[in-house]
Formats: sequence, structure tokens, C-alpha cells
Amino acid sequence: MPAIEVESLYKVFGKGAKGAVAQLKAGVPRDELNARNVTAAVIDHDWAIEAGEIFVVMGLSGSGKSTLIRMLNGLIRPTAGTIRIDGVELGSLSKREIRRLRREKISMVFQHFALLPHRSVVENVAFGLEIKGLNKTERLERAREAVQLVGLAGHEDKLPAQLSGGMRQRVGLARALAADTEILLMDEAFSALDPLIRQEMQDQLLELQATLGKTIVFITHDLNEAMRIGDRIAICDGRVKQLGTAEEILMHPADEYVAEFTADVDRTRVLTAEAVMEPCGSRDTSAFPTVECDVPVNELYEPVLSSKAPLLVVDDNADPLGVVTPRSIIKSLAPERESGDAEQEPQPA
Amino acid sequence: MIEYLRNWFWTYVWKPLPDMPFGDWMETFIRWAREAWSAGFDAVDAGLEFLYTHLADGLLWLPSGVMVLLFAAAAWAAKGWKLGVGIGLGMFVVAWTPYWEETMQTLAMVLVAAAIAIALAIPLGIAAAESRAFSAVARPVLDFMQTLPAFVYLIPVVMLFSVGVVPGIIATIIFAMPPGVRLTELGLRQVDGEVVEAGQAFGASPARILVRIKLPLALPTIMAGLNQVIMLALSMVVIAGLVGGGGLGAVISGSLGRLDIAAGFNAGLAVVLLAILLDRVTQGLSDRTPVARAARLAR
Repeated sequence: MPAIEVESLYKVFGKGAKGAVAQLKAGVPRDELNARNVTAAVIDHDWAIEAGEIFVVMGLSGSGKSTLIRMLNGLIRPTAGTIRIDGVELGSLSKREIRRLRREKISMVFQHFALLPHRSVVENVAFGLEIKGLNKTERLERAREAVQLVGLAGHEDKLPAQLSGGMRQRVGLARALAADTEILLMDEAFSALDPLIRQEMQDQLLELQATLGKTIVFITHDLNEAMRIGDRIAICDGRVKQLGTAEEILMHPADEYVAEFTADVDRTRVLTAEAVMEPCGSRDTSAFPTVECDVPVNELYEPVLSSKAPLLVVDDNADPLGVVTPRSIIKSLAPERESGDAEQEPQPA
Repeated sequence: MIEYLRNWFWTYVWKPLPDMPFGDWMETFIRWAREAWSAGFDAVDAGLEFLYTHLADGLLWLPSGVMVLLFAAAAWAAKGWKLGVGIGLGMFVVAWTPYWEETMQTLAMVLVAAAIAIALAIPLGIAAAESRAFSAVARPVLDFMQTLPAFVYLIPVVMLFSVGVVPGIIATIIFAMPPGVRLTELGLRQVDGEVVEAGQAFGASPARILVRIKLPLALPTIMAGLNQVIMLALSMVVIAGLVGGGGLGAVISGSLGRLDIAAGFNAGLAVVLLAILLDRVTQGLSDRTPVARAARLAR
């Protein structure tokens, strides 16, 4: 059973929202609704997230990603469609039951941290446990553990105002982790941080995830960030434009909208040896140095340049998959050459 | 043409208008209320009288010298030793005037009226912050309460409660309450929406969000409201001297009648010093709220 599952999910703001959904289903474009002051934030989302997955929703501002994440924990009610958390349909729950679901299953990390300024780090981290009704000693003890987990040991009794932005977001992360929920919603969690701190936080999140195995829905407007941390990525602009792994999106962008984003992505960090190799053909590969198939391209430069022979790409069982040469790397990284228009069907009049 | 319009207006609009009825309506209402709700007014009368007399007696129980030291100590605790010394000197001057007893009576009236005003204002402010409709209704009513000349309140209040301390306190409660409501609403509305959302996202109930998130974050603003309420209460309590409210107000209205400059000035000085005491102590308390302390750290 998927941890989170959404089915033909719509959220439309403005008057006549229900009618707008019917129109969207009939193919009326989003811009046309905008002209009538009806905003379609989320259009026909249909996907499922397995437990333990990092699912990134990527889109520009106004692409409905914040609305989407708030529908997943019931802060916003969908206009149409269903959301299931561990098989339980959100729409069928009362307000009280939704609050219990949030306490027990879903926590959230916010863009601007959303900490209580008058509470110390450890008291902020204990907030979720306080709402769960744990007694003071127990919740502070567990909060201290979470503070250590995110690397803030020694800062327990400071106030948020005494911390840097990155440290504050660690408090936000610790608060969500302390609540000990299976699902973690992260709303532009690292977007307010400096680039270097942001990268540090991404690494830390991946490191934590390796041991914790949470189900994470991560919202971002930064495709580089999406590709770094996401197991799968949904590129959204109201509708889901493309859903797939970083590599799938980079190598086969679904349309021009997606291709425009991918143009700015540092491919060498996302693409792996497997994606830039070419077939072995008739070469005798026995003497070639080997490289694992999941090594990113930016770690291939050195071995490729220092080896006279191509590199042999092997899978987990050491079976050969293909070879990597300077040529094959350049070929994969270069923007795709314009192919002929042969594939395009002439539009019916 | 203009002449014609003026004639038309005069004959068909202005002349047929009856006399302005709002005042009469108010009078009819007050007279009716006095009969219909007399039991309620008597109970309020007795309750406020009880609170006031006991508080005033309490403030006058210790000799003035000891009280001066106590006020100084309160200021020290609220802010620091400098304020403590300043307030000590100020209250010494008050004790030096012949009006120590009247000053304590006035303080008792202010404290009773302000406590009741703030006890009413905070729930109303919460309701206004939570409901746009309530806020829309409350705003003109508050404007009315705050801008109607203070003397005007005294007339119906005296009618309902006769002369004495209680009508002064009632009029003071009405006059002093609006900033308490307004600043409570403002403080709550200013609370960072993301923090409130965090409370919701972690499954807190609306009541819990109010108590654990919104009210603590709004507290510095609510305290500023309390400060305003107390200052307005002090100004109104002096006016209430006109209707037999006692305290410094009685001294001032008495010296106005006798054109007694010396007495009026002494009593006026006592009012000013009392105002400084109340203002600085409440401000000191507001600076000591956890959120205000955290905000200072951020700078």
C-alpha cells in the first residue's frame, strides 16, 4: 500500500470552483480561468508515493506546490479528488480525526522555520510532543535526542534569535523528527538559506534519511535541489508536467516546459556512468578498468582521462553494461541536437 | 435654479423632519433600563462598591512612608533600580502633598476599573481577531465609546447608579476599554501566519493554538493595550470627581469651584506622578514578557 496516494486531485480557488474543475477536465486551459479570477492551483494530480521515498514536487511560484503539500495534511481541502494516507481517505475524516492524523503520522518543516521566538531550541523541538500529550520530562528528553540528531547539541537552551538561519531550520527539522511521524512534509524547507548552507542541509537530510527511512514530500523551486535529493521528481505547473527520476527527466524531458528547466541543471552531478555509456559493441573489454554503473559523471573525468582504454561500466553483479569514453560523455552532456520534424504529426485543422 | 433647489429642500425635506430623535431615544432607553434591570444595577453597584472600598482601605492600611517604599520596590522589580529611585522620589512628593489619601482612592478606582476593562477587553479582542464579522461590528462601537466626550457618559451612569464612586468606575470602564480591545485584536492578527500553521500542522486544536501560540506572541501588544487602558482610566477617574467620585477628582473639581490654585496644582501634581508610576511600571512589565525579551536578543 502506498504511503500517500492522490487520485484526480484538484484545487481551485475562487468563485465557481466546482464548475471550474469540470471545465478543466473538459480541457479548458488554466490561463482562461485566471482571466475570470479563478485560480486553478492543482490540476489532475494522480500519483502515489511508497513508504521510505523522497518525492520532490518542483515548480515555480504559483505552480500550486504549496497548495498541494497543504492538502496532504488537510490544512487545505481539495476541490475534487481523493487523498489517501496509508490507505485512509482524508476526505472521510472529521476535523478532530485529521488533527489526530497530523499528530501521529505527518509532520511538517516550513520555509521560514515557524519557530516560537520565546521558546528555547529544545522547547521548540518538543512542541509536537507537547501536543501529543507527553509529559514534560519525557518530551524534553526526546527533544534533546532530536536536537543531537540534527547536530545542534550544545545549543539546546538558546533562543531561535540567537541561531543562524541554517541552525534555525535544523531546529525546524528536529521538531518534525521528534514528533516521530512516518511522513515528513517539507515546504521549501531550504529555500531561505544561503547556497552553501543549503547544500549542507541537503546532505544532512540525505544522511538522516539513510537511517530513518521516512516518507518525505519535499517542495522546491530549485531543480538542482530536486535532483540532488529526490528519488522521484514531479515537475508541476498546475498539472504534473513530468514525473520520474532525475535521470529520466534530464535525458527525456516530456515537453518544452520541462526542457527549459533541465537546461540549467548541472548534469554531471545527476547523470551516472550508466546514462553516458555506449554499447560495448565488438570491443574486447577484458582489459578495461571498471566503474560501477551508479557513479555520477563528475567523478568519471579523472579515471577516463588517466586511462588509455575506455572504462567498462558494470552493474552490482559485476556484469558489463557498456563502456564510457570521453566522446560518450560529451555526447550525453551536450544539448540534444535538433532532430528533424519528422516525428511531429501535422495538426488537424 | 439654486434658489429653487433651496426652496424645494426647505419645504419638502428639512421642514417636515421631526426634531432630532437620537438623544430622546437614548433617554427613553436609559429610563426604561433603570426600571427593568434595577436588580442587576443594584448588584453591580454593590459589587463595585465592595471592590473599591476594600482596595482603597488596603492601600491606606499601611502608613504612607511604607507605601512609598513599596511603590519604589515595585518599580525596581518591574524595570530596574533607576526607575525604583525615580518612583520613590515621585511618590514621596505625593505623600508630601495633603492628598495622599485621595491619591490612594484614585489609584484604587483606576485599578478596579482597569482590571474590569481589561477582563472584558481581552475576550472581545480575541473574538474580533477570530471573526471578521465581529470585528466589523465592534470597530464603530469602539470608535463611539472612545470619542464620545467623557462627560457625556456621566449623565446616564449617574441616573442608573446615582452619584458616588460607582458611576465614576462604570464610566471609566466604558471609556478606557477600547484600546484594550483594539490592541488585543491587532496583536493577535499580527502573529506570524506560518507559526500558527505550524501549530495546525502538528495537530494542535484551535484553543491550544490560541493559548500556546497566539496569545504568548501577542502579549507585548496586549500589554501595550493594558498600559493605554490604565492611562485612559486615570484621566477618566479624575473627571468622575464631578459626580462625587471622590479621590483626586473631587479635590480638583472642588478647587475649580473655589478657584483654589494651590490645591488644584497639588492635586494635579499627584495625578501626574501617579500616571508616571502606572505608565512606567506597566511598560516595564510589558518589556519583561518572554517574546519581548527574545525580540531584544535578536537585535
